[in-house]
Amino acid sequence: MKDTGLVKIDLIFEKIDVKELLIKAFKMSDEAIVQEVITSGLKGRGGAGFPTGLKWKFAAFEKEQEKYVVCNADEGEPGTFKDREILERVPEKVYAGMAIAGKAIGAKVGIIYLRDEYRYMLPELQSLLDEFHKSIKEIGYDFTLEYRLGSGAYICGEESALFESIEGKRGEPRNKPPFPTVNGVFGKPTVINNVETLVTALMVVKIGGAEYSKMGTPDSPGSKVFSVSGDTPNPGIYELEMGMTVQKFVDEFGDGDTKAVQVGGAAGFCVPRKRFADTIIGFEGVPTGGSMKLFNSTRSMYNVLHNYLDFFVEESCGQCTPCRVGCQQLLKGISLVKKGEIKATYLNDLSKLAETMRLASKCGLGQSVGNAFNSIVDNFREEIVY
Amino acid sequence: MVTLKINNKEVSVPKGATILDAARKLDIHIPVLCHHEDLCVAGNCRVCVVEQKGSMALVASCARPAEEGMDIMTNTMRVRSARRHIVELLLAEHRSDCTKCHRNMNCELQKVANDYSIGEHIFLDLVEDHDYFVDRSSPSFIKDDSKCIRCQRCVRTCEQLQYVSAIAVAHKGAEQKISSFHDRPMSHVVCTNCGQCVNRCPTAALVEKTYIDQVWDAIYDPNTHVVVQTAPAVRVALGEALGLDAGARVTGKMVAALKQMGIDSVLDTDFTADLTIMEEGTELLVRLKKALVDGDKEISLPMFTSCSPGWIKFIEHRYPKYLPNLSTCKSPQQMFGALAKTFYADKRKLDPAKVVSVSIMPCTAKKFEADRPEMRSSGYKDVDFVLTTRELGMMIKQAGINFDTLEEARYDSIMGDSTGAAVIFGATGGVMEAALRTAYEIVTGREVPFENLNIKPVRGLEGVKEASVKIEGCVDDWKFLEGAELKVAIAHGLTNADKVMKAVRDGKAEYHFVEIMACPGGCIGGGGQPIPTNQEIRQLRVDAIYEEDEQMVLRKSHENPEVIAIYKEFLGEPNGHKAHELLHTHYVEREAY
Ligand SMILES: Cc1cc2nc3c(=O)[nH]c(=O)nc-3n(C[C@H](O)[C@H](O)[C@H](O)COP(=O)(O)O)c2cc1C
Ligand code: SF4
Ligand code: SF4
Ligand code: SF4
Ligand code: SF4
Ligand code: FES
Repeated sequence: MKDTGLVKIDLIFEKIDVKELLIKAFKMSDEAIVQEVITSGLKGRGGAGFPTGLKWKFAAFEKEQEKYVVCNADEGEPGTFKDREILERVPEKVYAGMAIAGKAIGAKVGIIYLRDEYRYMLPELQSLLDEFHKSIKEIGYDFTLEYRLGSGAYICGEESALFESIEGKRGEPRNKPPFPTVNGVFGKPTVINNVETLVTALMVVKIGGAEYSKMGTPDSPGSKVFSVSGDTPNPGIYELEMGMTVQKFVDEFGDGDTKAVQVGGAAGFCVPRKRFADTIIGFEGVPTGGSMKLFNSTRSMYNVLHNYLDFFVEESCGQCTPCRVGCQQLLKGISLVKKGEIKATYLNDLSKLAETMRLASKCGLGQSVGNAFNSIVDNFREEIVY
Repeated sequence: MVTLKINNKEVSVPKGATILDAARKLDIHIPVLCHHEDLCVAGNCRVCVVEQKGSMALVASCARPAEEGMDIMTNTMRVRSARRHIVELLLAEHRSDCTKCHRNMNCELQKVANDYSIGEHIFLDLVEDHDYFVDRSSPSFIKDDSKCIRCQRCVRTCEQLQYVSAIAVAHKGAEQKISSFHDRPMSHVVCTNCGQCVNRCPTAALVEKTYIDQVWDAIYDPNTHVVVQTAPAVRVALGEALGLDAGARVTGKMVAALKQMGIDSVLDTDFTADLTIMEEGTELLVRLKKALVDGDKEISLPMFTSCSPGWIKFIEHRYPKYLPNLSTCKSPQQMFGALAKTFYADKRKLDPAKVVSVSIMPCTAKKFEADRPEMRSSGYKDVDFVLTTRELGMMIKQAGINFDTLEEARYDSIMGDSTGAAVIFGATGGVMEAALRTAYEIVTGREVPFENLNIKPVRGLEGVKEASVKIEGCVDDWKFLEGAELKVAIAHGLTNADKVMKAVRDGKAEYHFVEIMACPGGCIGGGGQPIPTNQEIRQLRVDAIYEEDEQMVLRKSHENPEVIAIYKEFLGEPNGHKAHELLHTHYVEREAY
């Protein structure tokens, strides 16, 4: 197990000359760009962790004339606020990342799907976008971007629901396959990436894929922006090298009394104190889209779980059975166990149900409810029951 | 073609086919709830999950295209456990009072639950946590959210097949439900009452409003005279509701059963279908004459048929500008109703107030139609109760009749005679064919120039059909039509109707006469027909309809002896004063949303 330790990085928020970088990138061949990103080992920063270079390669392979690059700025995962920070501090890097993705796959149009709660940023973002359009024209490249606002539903962050939403339909996840690279927004080949992924890809083009992959671990190369919240004296946004243990993280951010860290938000895993030392934050251990929430001993893990389940009961799109009804069952189940109205052994049935939800739900939401449920119930059973 | 393995058996299916298709080809049963052959893939109930070698999660077989080399197992421990859980979850949200339920013994949810022997529930009951609503506002059907499994078949039906979208998915999470525009009652939205959603609903969340008890009461009441009319499409589908194969022709048995049930007079909507041809055919010829000869700019062409009340409500909402293009003829059901309490009551020396007129229809929109304020030309409600094919099936069962062994019986007389032209009203293209058989002969004095009177170009299940008939050798009265090319179109299912309407609106179609039926396949695929209905079953019913036509002695509406007689004795001329009073109607503009 490689533990990189806690290393602060300044890549994402580093101010760079975007225009100069774009001129360099547009001189590269499409294949070369894709290859750099593949070499970097970059995996999606939106949560699912799909290799970004591969995604671009698939989309580039499609023969359609009309293709899209979509930036996922829906940032709905509880405890995540890093995309907002990126858009506030370096929006020009997001735009440039999209332009490079567009070049790599042959798309002339990009759409930024912005979380409705971030609407207040739009005037500023739009005027910067106008500038960006101007400068990209000066370089002589044909690429335009536009903003679309979300409508406040967590599920609209799921890529195919997001497409439906852009198309003016109800935000419900689609059946996959076909995947977005084949059948994305408006039925066209689409690369959809998280805000941070796009900026990271831009920086990969700047520093080179091989250089980037020197950071982090073989499974989790590079660095990542974390949103730190909960019981910590230092909440906020931090860019750190991937591959540290939870222990190292807690040493830095904990308040001395940390009993658990929820890694990856409601859809992620709860790591208890006894596992801090041997759990890597990254794809070989617990992956995260950025959310890191610390809990100290004053917190009831029952309340924490109750909270997450409440969230899922409401934020499931409701279309598929395991997720819609399963979430309600889990919530009602732990409430009744807590009240002593049903036996504690019922938690075992609920764990099996969570497993069915993981296996049979239509999208990542239902599939990941079991992460929080099982990791909290397994590690804090006594807090759930008593 | 792609070749894959399911349960270690090899099978090849065309590219694009799903794992479910492939399994069916191997005769391997996989349960489904949201899947329906007529509709696009939803993949939301998840009960069809199977194991795919190499995949961590299970896959929904209805939604996953088969791929070369796939290795699928349909009955592993994980599959079985997941399916059981899923069915249990559905039941947890579901008011499972089967013994009191309209769909008892014909319910897809009940069947899956039974197949997975769901006995004692593991999971908690959630019904009481929901604020379920029962909407009884529609005269045609009841929407009971406590029976809804959110499969969205109804939503897909209404959107894809009917282009109406009266219902849609609203809210999310635990609150997600099937809702109307602004949650308005179904009686106050664009719903056409076609019942296609009812027919595809796997549970009792959508069921027709039944009038079974009211009809039994009328039958038992010694002071009433119950007269029944049976629509053309019922006789080729009723058998299915009583355990016979799809496409069985049961006309004689149906009549016998109705008589055994104690109906005073069993008559035939086919009679008024023939009458419709006389009225509508005349109306068309008059419109053509006024438009072509008199140059009357007020005359609206193309003329649209008006037999399908779902279609009528659709055009009233969506294309009110085209209401003048609708034939003013009532549907055969309503013509029958108006005559039952006038002509028929008179002939039989009955007090019309004591005549209870009941119709057996393949259709739920007919329930709405019978309730329309325009449908009281006899001075009474012309049709008192409308029963669907399914409801008649239930009544026959309740009466303890063994349908299979019944001796066939004949319709009673006065409005019981019919022709082959009337029977084919039940299939898409049938009204057109019947009209052409008669109109052509009126105009030319000769039979339509098609072998054995079978006008094949207007038949079949294609969504929109077009045909043209060259009119040659006209008799003196109709010389102005000499050499004219009569252009017709036929659409079934409101999505196809909408296509035709857009073509007409945009000036892209030069039709004279258009037949439109709200339901896919025409009335044989009506919302009140036995469940299930799908493309294969519709085809079998269509075939049966044309067989029924072929074996009739009379096959042209104007040759129906009772039709000839009623004009002589009672109505006078087609489109004459009396006919207008009883057999024609008008339409109303309705809100567009
Ligand atoms: C319920 C749900 C919500 C999601 N919300 C977001 C989100 O807010 N932002 C995001 O970038 N990805 C979100 N995702 C992941 C996206 O579906 C998709 O994987 C991601 O946008 C791909 O970009 P990446 O490869 O750059 O991470 C969500 C996924 C699920 C299942
Ligand atoms: S898993 Fe949940 S959010 Fe995803 S499609 Fe199913 S119900 Fe909707
Ligand atoms: S809908 Fe089906 S399962 Fe539900 S109560 Fe009726 S028969 Fe039973
Ligand atoms: S009856 Fe017809 S129009 Fe009304 S909701 Fe059902 S499918 Fe739509
Ligand atoms: S009403 Fe019927 S068809 Fe519609 S979603 Fe509910 S169960 Fe399915
Ligand atoms: S039948 Fe396949 S998901 Fe419903």
